[in-house]
Amino acid sequence: MEAGKLSKFLKNGAIWGFILFELIFFSVAGEFMSLSDKAFMDVDNMLLLLKQSAPIGIIAVGMTIIMINGNIDLSVGAIFALSAVILLDSMTWPVFADLGDWVIPVSWTLALLTGVVLGAINGLIVWKTGVDAFIVTLGSMLGFRGLVFMYNGENPTSSLNWTLVDFAEAQFLGFHTATWFLAVVTVVIWYVMTRTVHGRNAYAIGDNREAAVNAGIKVGPHMLINFMIIGFLAALSAVVFYSESGSVNPNDGQLYELWVITAVVLGGTKLTGGAGSIISTLGGVLAIQLLRKGLGHIGADTSTVNLVIGLILIAVLFLDRQLNTRGKEELKI
Amino acid sequence: MASMSKADIGRILARQGILIAFAVFIIGFTLVNERFLSPDNVMGVVRSSAILGVMALGVTFVVISGNLDLSVGSMMSFSTIVVLDLHDKIGPALAIPAMFAMTLCLGAFIGFLVGYLKLNSLIVTLGMLSAIHGLTLTYSGGQNMDIVDKEGTWFSVFGQGSALGIPVPILIFVALAALLGIILAKTPFGRKVYAVGGNGTAATFSGIKRGRIVFLCYVMSAFCVAVAGLIQASRSMGSQNTVGQGLELDVLAAVILGGASLLGGSGTIFKTVIGVLILGFIQNGLLLVGLQFYVQFVVTWVIIILAVWLDIAAKRGKLWSNIA
Repeated sequence: MEAGKLSKFLKNGAIWGFILFELIFFSVAGEFMSLSDKAFMDVDNMLLLLKQSAPIGIIAVGMTIIMINGNIDLSVGAIFALSAVILLDSMTWPVFADLGDWVIPVSWTLALLTGVVLGAINGLIVWKTGVDAFIVTLGSMLGFRGLVFMYNGENPTSSLNWTLVDFAEAQFLGFHTATWFLAVVTVVIWYVMTRTVHGRNAYAIGDNREAAVNAGIKVGPHMLINFMIIGFLAALSAVVFYSESGSVNPNDGQLYELWVITAVVLGGTKLTGGAGSIISTLGGVLAIQLLRKGLGHIGADTSTVNLVIGLILIAVLFLDRQLNTRGKEELKI
Repeated sequence: MASMSKADIGRILARQGILIAFAVFIIGFTLVNERFLSPDNVMGVVRSSAILGVMALGVTFVVISGNLDLSVGSMMSFSTIVVLDLHDKIGPALAIPAMFAMTLCLGAFIGFLVGYLKLNSLIVTLGMLSAIHGLTLTYSGGQNMDIVDKEGTWFSVFGQGSALGIPVPILIFVALAALLGIILAKTPFGRKVYAVGGNGTAATFSGIKRGRIVFLCYVMSAFCVAVAGLIQASRSMGSQNTVGQGLELDVLAAVILGGASLLGGSGTIFKTVIGVLILGFIQNGLLLVGLQFYVQFVVTWVIIILAVWLDIAAKRGKLWSNIA
């Protein structure tokens, strides 16, 4: 028992230890290798890092509950793009011309609704047809992306609203708007997963679907709700990001699913479902963002970032497996 | 008994369903545009599907063995860039084997991780997708690769040449499909691939070395990727770093359309070829009918889900899932 607790503590703490290691490493290495004379652990730099973590982080929180539930969603990048297109395009619709700045909440609602509907489509197909979520969302990743392109061809969709830009660039207590969104999403979803019936059932379904069915848990509706949540969060991520940038390319959000899944797996959530934590996912997101920023700080280019993140992902998988099997052996003795 | 035979009929219908749908599409497209079935057009579709097709052949092995390979796209970029770069440095006769060796090393690395270390193939190949992309960018320094002397080399034969009136990419695709089809269907190795994917534990207990079989499947997939990279490089004689980006999902879509289960243990090379052709012809047909290029994405989405749905609906004997 004690040993099991220790290994659990090690696993949960590992991601934060890794973040600490990154902070120290890049600070020290930055002294010798950085081209700029600014310190890595600069307050502004760290605040910026949190802000830049938000778009991936918000989606990653949603992906965590999907994976705890035993599913996966590859279509988040496409949902992100389509919601962004709706957000920016709806601001210029003649119907809303008289609204002034009140168009902002309307467009936000439309964009978030888009995300929820797309998520619900995924969830309903997974529930009603019984086709594996991997295949369903692989398909809808193509399909939703096709819708993005059909909407406006290969042209970017742009609409800059200065009230919105001011809001997105505002800082409250030092933290940027995007950071606050990430924090609120994390807290809310953490609460849902640890303190509500829905969260407990999501864990149960992911751990053992048969047992969950036998216990009278309605598996289908729970999965549907989770897909709607991740759709909502992918749209929210788009809302946060594009409120500031004001222009979306039809290819935006591509490979987001890979970054998101990487962050979630780094945080220790299992692909097989039933285990995982929202807070650790946040750690995974921060670790990746630190790595990107840190490698940039010491003068490495994006190619190195890709290489390092890929290898770290595999290393984490290997270490996790070693820790797990050791835990099981201890249990046997 | 009655329900059994009903399920059997349903299964047969669903199995043929994808072929029936294919036939309906072809007839429909031909009625709208008579050029659709002209030899020129058919040849063009098969030719442009060849690169995707060659990669799908290798991934079929991996999927039947019960694993996934998401790294084939960036691996294809890698082999394309490497062979183009080496072409000007050491000449095509040495560049091609060197590129094959490097690509096979990548495949062997993945095979080692998934086969012998038994790591989850989805995450490993996801990591390798990113890592190989980084490797390619590091190798090329972010620059596009071009063969300087495009006229004075025989290198273009793989992508642009033709023999007996048939383009070489098609010949390579057909030959490789025949070879791998025989390996999968007629050799002990092929049967072991099905056994490992169908029931890994049972296969291990019956003395099959699971690790080695999975390892070989990934090496085979890497070989196919190298061939695809060769065709791509030879066809364009120059390339961006991201030439294969996103192809892994198209490849997987083709394999799934062919009816291979992601759980492993089912699928054939012939069906994968059908899957590749369906994707190619639908894409081409939608364009000939005059629809926007991007409509094909949406149509592919619907077709993939319908195909898999019908397949498993036939297996369980009813249309809707048992999920409460």
